[in-house]
Amino acid sequence: MALNFTPKNRNSRILAVGAYRPSRIIPNSHIVDRIESSDEWIRERSGIESRRFAGPDESVISMAEAACSQALTRSGILMTQVDAVIVATITYPFQTPSAATELIALLGNPKAAAFDISAACAGFCYGVGMASDLIRSGSANYVLVVGVEKLSDFTDPDDRGTAFIFADGAGAVIIGPSEAAGIGPTIWGSDATNRDAILMTPSWIDLKNPESLGWPDISMQGQTVFRWAVYQMAPIALEALTAAGLTPAMLDAFIPHQANMRIIDAMAKSMKLPETVAIARDVRVSGNTSAASVPIAMDSLLTDRPDLHGKTALIIGFGAGLVYAAQAIELPAASSNK
Amino acid sequence: MSLSPDAVLAGLKEIVEEVAGIPAASIELGKNFTDDLDVDSLSMVEVVVAAEERFGVKIPDDKVTELATVGDAVNFIVNAAK
Repeated sequence: MALNFTPKNRNSRILAVGAYRPSRIIPNSHIVDRIESSDEWIRERSGIESRRFAGPDESVISMAEAACSQALTRSGILMTQVDAVIVATITYPFQTPSAATELIALLGNPKAAAFDISAACAGFCYGVGMASDLIRSGSANYVLVVGVEKLSDFTDPDDRGTAFIFADGAGAVIIGPSEAAGIGPTIWGSDATNRDAILMTPSWIDLKNPESLGWPDISMQGQTVFRWAVYQMAPIALEALTAAGLTPAMLDAFIPHQANMRIIDAMAKSMKLPETVAIARDVRVSGNTSAASVPIAMDSLLTDRPDLHGKTALIIGFGAGLVYAAQAIELPAASSNK
Repeated sequence: MSLSPDAVLAGLKEIVEEVAGIPAASIELGKNFTDDLDVDSLSMVEVVVAAEERFGVKIPDDKVTELATVGDAVNFIVNAAK
């Protein structure tokens, strides 16, 4: 017997974005001694001039709450109207219950559907795709998608490959129904043959071993990740554009995961983006905040370039797994960034 | 398809000049990419990918670190193309 289910025939869009940047600004000069490096060396290899680290009173949850509150205020949607909250993070320090359930309790809607996703730096774009589909199917009317990381808890300050890259912060978007499509098809997937390229080791279980190798930190094979990101992800980004019926010439903004300025620049070159496309380069002052980087960069770009409200952008996240997701989107409308 | 070392060197000079902005005239077989030419690890990836496209060879990630000098790269590419 067929069950009763009629999918809603509607589209979705991002109604507003919010961001939270932690209070501690960490310039390269605070990082260099432990990795025997220099400000110049870090700038040349990453484009990073400073990053934000959370202070003792700033947690994954407090940063996420601040970003969500800003997104909600800008959207005009009440938390009580939000049906589902998706939190993308790899640095919430509890396996269970989820960060999302802690968040909804604080935000004042403890009945909303809530869960975390582990897709590292692609997590936010995974969440956008899922939220869009939840709305299109009718499972939800309004969904909060949050990317939040406190990577400073899981970065080895003596690791020359990561200590100057990773940082903390939160970004959130509220996604709701729309007559016209404001979020294009999600192009997503994995390359698990490169699972070792970004790793968190040792495991939590190993920590119980008295001879444990120590605290789990995230390590990265820089050349492998750079090669994959630039040469495999540029075609994925272009595929997301094509899937939405767009060409690079029709694009107004490109907001890739803020992994490293060199990756951003090489991707844009590989994609042959016209000079008219505004490229988010928030990594310069925010570092790489993994799942939080795309929404933080979106907020930053809209603050610097208010004319881009309502314009077409391409977002792509890629990271540990390796995993990726990309969508063409319409940026939130002008009235949203107050 | 076999490639002559001279042809590979000429092609590599163009690639390194394009990627890293190093004048082709200063690129010689004995030059170390990192120490002499100041090609950093990420630029080296761009050089390798451009070389793969140009010469139709595969240079796996684990081989990239073994290509210390321009000569190492020329030898690898010539052998890989045989």
